Amino acid sequence: MLRYILKRLLIMVITLWIIVTLTFVLMVTIPGSPFNSEQSSNETVQANLERHYNLDKPYHIQYLLYIKSILTFDFGPSISQPNQGVNDLLGRGFPISFELGIVTIIVAVISGIILGILAALRHNRIMDYLAMGVAVLGISIPNFILATLLIQKLAVDREWFPVATWQGPEYMVLPIIALATGPMAIIARLTRSTMLDVLTQDYIKMARAKGLSPWKIIFKHALRNALMPVITIMGTLLAGILTGTFVIEKIFAIPGMGKYFVESINHRDYPVIMGTTVFYSAFLIIMLFLVDIAYGILDPRIKLHGKDGD
Amino acid sequence: MGKDNILQVKDLHVTFSTYGGTVKAVRGVHLHLKKRETLAIVGESGCGKSVTSNAIMRLIPNPPGKITKGQILFKGTDLTKVSEKKMRSIRGVDISMIFQDPMTALNPTLTIGTQLTEGLRQHHKNISRQNAKEKALEMMEIVEIPNAMERFKQYPHQFSGGMRQRIVIAMALICEPELLIADEPTTALDVTIQAQILELFERIQEKTGISIILITHDLGVVAKIADRIAVMYAGKIVETGTKRDIFYHPQHPYTKGLLHSVPRLDLEGETLEPIEGTPPDLFSPPKGCPFTARCPYAMEVCNKVFPVHTKLTKSHEVNCWLQDERAKQTLAEVAK
Repeated sequence: MLRYILKRLLIMVITLWIIVTLTFVLMVTIPGSPFNSEQSSNETVQANLERHYNLDKPYHIQYLLYIKSILTFDFGPSISQPNQGVNDLLGRGFPISFELGIVTIIVAVISGIILGILAALRHNRIMDYLAMGVAVLGISIPNFILATLLIQKLAVDREWFPVATWQGPEYMVLPIIALATGPMAIIARLTRSTMLDVLTQDYIKMARAKGLSPWKIIFKHALRNALMPVITIMGTLLAGILTGTFVIEKIFAIPGMGKYFVESINHRDYPVIMGTTVFYSAFLIIMLFLVDIAYGILDPRIKLHGKDGD
Repeated sequence: MGKDNILQVKDLHVTFSTYGGTVKAVRGVHLHLKKRETLAIVGESGCGKSVTSNAIMRLIPNPPGKITKGQILFKGTDLTKVSEKKMRSIRGVDISMIFQDPMTALNPTLTIGTQLTEGLRQHHKNISRQNAKEKALEMMEIVEIPNAMERFKQYPHQFSGGMRQRIVIAMALICEPELLIADEPTTALDVTIQAQILELFERIQEKTGISIILITHDLGVVAKIADRIAVMYAGKIVETGTKRDIFYHPQHPYTKGLLHSVPRLDLEGETLEPIEGTPPDLFSPPKGCPFTARCPYAMEVCNKVFPVHTKLTKSHEVNCWLQDERAKQTLAEVAK
């Protein structure tokens, strides 16, 4: 187990390095610079600015400087907002994005699993059709459409919820619904189909033959096995939710990381691009790692070990 | 058929509603079983033997399956009438069941110990974890699993097929039931393991006095451990008798056919005779004897009326017109 974790950590570092390098390459290849917008200052000022941000140096020096900034967790100041450090932006934006993302995942997983179980237990009856109807809608409607619909119907027409920003629990409701519906629908459909499969297994029949209560049969015997595929897609769903937060944060004017991420690209704000990319990638890689660990805990047949075995 | 019957099944009918129509899987089965007795139900695939055993456990999925008629008397209680809650307190405690494939009958994500003790803990609410474990270890000894202590903590994938079947048997017997239904318990095992498991059954029966219903299509298994045999065909029991009756004096052409299709080592140069044809479609089973179409001795009456119950000896009963003198008279009545 320890060996497996160490090996995974090494692979994670390499993955991160590849992402970082690719981002750097993309950044220097896209045309434009932070300074050549409309307010064309004179050339001396521009040269001074470039020197200040080390943009006059050859690419390999820039690359090394940049790697150094990652290793020291100091991404320097933002270019478009020079009075703000990248670390400050992340420090302010991340807790909000994290809150949004985590609550979304929890909501999506719990409601998706419940919906899936209900549908499977009432297979081919009203409840099944209802749950799967909701799921199909959830999968087909993109979250930005859902978000605008929710705002129009529940915040503008009815005024039940605030329209935008992030100041308390009531502000979370609409963005989380918008963001969680898609993943919930996917989880519900997957849970239903695997649950239907598991319920026909011999060990479920055996559990019934032992006289166990239906409750125990479903939660102790069936669900654990039915959740394996759900765990598998969790990685993809996490990535989806993460990118979904960019859009949702923009629509609901939530001051999370997504805002900086998108704006930094528009402004060619190199330090912020780098900072947010590294941060997001590291976060996602760690989450995927946790998903793999969860696998080993749920299914004893999966042994996590290094290549040589232990 | 006296009071000493632990189980008595009377005129059991089970149907399954499907999109294609209603399948009459079991059509009037009569069975009885005494204490300490082993009854084998034999027949080819799809003849309704598993459905019968599932019906006794009330494990037929409803919908689509349904017990439409008949009684299942277990120690005098009609199991077709009791509530699901009451039935749950009978399953595992009074009647247990083991299944064909030990590779799939154990939950891969739970330890052997958990699966062994959970029945005990379900039915005896106040049993302590420690006592349940001791009981489980004791059961593991009985089914001859070495290193029980260590094995208790392991998962099913760490067990071989034969070992898993032993665990399944231990699981079924842990609450000391009076009736064990074994649905093809040795079919998925190789021959040497089969023999070991059958011996285990015999030893357990000797020790506990449990009654066993053995569902199988393997006449070799039957010959080894059954006391009485019920031959099933197309949802009906066509012949019952002691092991001696059935193996030495088979009366129904189907039973004879079954016996002829088993390879024998003691007869040289003997060729196997398969039973030609296939069983009838149970969507619309024939009015008469379902075996008529495949029977080399079929008579006119066979097509029209299902054969009456003929008692040949005290233990041997058959439903076949060849064995009953009322055949002619019945045919005449139908013709009128």
